Amino acid sequence: MNFLDYYKILGIDKTATPKDIKSAYRKLARKYHPDLNPNDKDAKRNFQQINEANEVLSDPEKRKKYDQYGNDWKHAEEFEKAKQYQQQSSDYQRSGYSGAQSEGDFSEFFESLFGGSAGSGGNRQVKYRGNDFNAELHLDLLDAYKTHSQTLTVNRKNIRITIPAGIENGQTIKIPGHGGPGVNGGPNGDLYITFSVANHSDIKRLGNDLYTRADLDLYKAVLGGEITIDTLKGKVKLKVKPETQNGSRIKLKGMGFPVYKNEGHYGDLYVTYTIKIPSNLTDKQKELFKELSESEF
Amino acid sequence: MRTMQTEYLIAVDEFCANNNIEISFISSLEQNGLIEVITIQETGFIGAGQLQQLEKFIRLYYELDINLEGIETITHLLRRIDLMQDEIILLKNRLRLYETEL
Repeated sequence: MNFLDYYKILGIDKTATPKDIKSAYRKLARKYHPDLNPNDKDAKRNFQQINEANEVLSDPEKRKKYDQYGNDWKHAEEFEKAKQYQQQSSDYQRSGYSGAQSEGDFSEFFESLFGGSAGSGGNRQVKYRGNDFNAELHLDLLDAYKTHSQTLTVNRKNIRITIPAGIENGQTIKIPGHGGPGVNGGPNGDLYITFSVANHSDIKRLGNDLYTRADLDLYKAVLGGEITIDTLKGKVKLKVKPETQNGSRIKLKGMGFPVYKNEGHYGDLYVTYTIKIPSNLTDKQKELFKELSESEF
Repeated sequence: MRTMQTEYLIAVDEFCANNNIEISFISSLEQNGLIEVITIQETGFIGAGQLQQLEKFIRLYYELDINLEGIETITHLLRRIDLMQDEIILLKNRLRLYETEL
């Protein structure tokens, strides 16, 4: 546990007036407030630090204690005991932002020096919103293809969530109210789940469209015919046009990935043909190819 | 087939009383197109879906001292960030598609 220089955090010196503190805090809070920096962990950490610094320095009692014992925080407990006899009351009023602060957001240093959360400063009942939680959920492409439910365990609580078909790799969804509990009747934080969709199939996904390859033997490519390919909807028969070129691509409308939160709508499936040249030809076959190559086209 | 959706509404005056804010603040947000107020029998209501956004506006205005013009600008920029983040996800996935082909 390290000593935290609250003056340095707010960029002020030790002679700063309450007005200077408020002004420095406001300036930094505007820069790092979580509302203005969504999903930015660094900003959140900075905001927690400046919030904590403000919590201490804007309260005359806490500031006095910090100035006296801050460097030597290990004696804070003795200080606390001595204070109990004095029965001093505090008229401290609210100064901390409620945006993202919660009981668990104070540093170990703060907890050691002030014996707990921000609520220990006086009679105030500030409502703090709970912490937001972040989680990552791993899915396979086939899981993401269908709307399904999963039960997650977050902070020893089971949460059943419905994952809509078509969720994108890297997409984050918010489950309101399933983050950390609010303090003093404040609202709970939210749970943010980021999806990591792995693809182990031969079918590639790009947005709502799918891409796959199909092998064609030379004879079907030249003469046309029918092949069967695997799609996420199952096996599909395809008619191959005569004289199909290697690398040519066809589109199967509506055979792609489900569109997120748009039931019944699908992207397209693109199939690229790879023509396989026959190998291990017999002498007879080689002769026929030679004959073919000498014929006029 | 059309389905009816239930939207929960909160009376503006009740919301303001509970959150200790002025009704004029809500009116200003509405005038700036930042929230939508539904009027039923001369009483203003806010859809529950807007609550989180509204609470954010309250924090920006009352706690960070950001005026309405600032809130409007920030909201616009945050929307742009959202769109850009969606685009980054799409581009990353597109890149992944080509990387796996190599």
